Amino acid sequence: MKSQTRLVEVRKQVLKQNDVTARALRDRFQQAGVFVVSLVSSPGSGKTAFLERTLTSMRSDYRVAALVGDLATDNDAQRLARSQAPVRQITTGTVCHLEAEMVRTALEGWDERELDFLFIENVGNLVCPATFDLGENLRLVLFSVTEGEDKPLKYPTIFNTADICVITKIDLAAAVEFNPELTRQNIQSVRPGMLIMEVSAKTGKGMDRWLDFLASQRAAFAGEKSQ
Amino acid sequence: MHELSIALAIVDAAVEESDRRGGARVTQVHLKLGQLAGVVQSALLASYEMAAEMSGVAGSRLIIEEIPIVAFCPKCGVDRQVVSPQQICCSECGTPTPNIVTGRELEVVAMEIVEQGRDLDEITN
Repeated sequence: MKSQTRLVEVRKQVLKQNDVTARALRDRFQQAGVFVVSLVSSPGSGKTAFLERTLTSMRSDYRVAALVGDLATDNDAQRLARSQAPVRQITTGTVCHLEAEMVRTALEGWDERELDFLFIENVGNLVCPATFDLGENLRLVLFSVTEGEDKPLKYPTIFNTADICVITKIDLAAAVEFNPELTRQNIQSVRPGMLIMEVSAKTGKGMDRWLDFLASQRAAFAGEKSQ
Repeated sequence: MHELSIALAIVDAAVEESDRRGGARVTQVHLKLGQLAGVVQSALLASYEMAAEMSGVAGSRLIIEEIPIVAFCPKCGVDRQVVSPQQICCSECGTPTPNIVTGRELEVVAMEIVEQGRDLDEITN
């Protein structure tokens, strides 16, 4: 009895399970006509304030809801609930990112057909969420003027997986001597052609442009659905 | 630190393949890892050791092949390697290259296995 060692070819996507779940979610959202937006950023960049303002502004025109990932607390979910929109918390424990299966589970009991927009706020982290597709139509990466212009260069992968970049806390730009031109260059370097928006959830600056953009994205998406 | 989740998924894939081959012992697992996959090699290697330890592929080694970021350069008209993850532009002419062709891979492509005691007659039958 001899044993022999040999190299055999295998082709397996490591994240196949997540990708399959994400694809199924995307199909489901498409069928239901709900446009799904995910938000990623580092902790403290103002995701929750931005999302709260977005939900509050949209509620009169659209049916909106949010899922919010958090390691341990439901503080963000409570803040978002002030918008009166339905909000559900996904507590990840020690897991540093959301996965498609967590989104699927969190949606149980909700009828997506009764929604126009679903927002998914990822755990505050600019590294791990990059690798996991959640079935979203649009991924936003946010960073605040207080974080420094070189953030995109430090986290190129997450910027590369995102569709648009939202620069938050623009009301503080002068106080921290924020350089918008350098920031723009850095973003374009890691993600050529990326759309950039500057907003302040506090003063409302830039929010109209963002809300118009969302409306146009959803209109295009609804057009695809009816074809 | 999501490398442990990824290591566990690699171990699952390897165990599944080993089972499919009648429980063949796995000595190496070869992975293609794109520079833009968002995975840190050293963290993944350490996580793999832990993840494999209690599994059907205990003792196997993870061999990582890093895949550079290649994108289509509209000016050169061909696929070119980019300068770096921080500079997604053609390494030849410097034109920005948003259309990425390779660099996001996270795929098990081969395994080294030890097949016990089957002689050639059995294999050909």
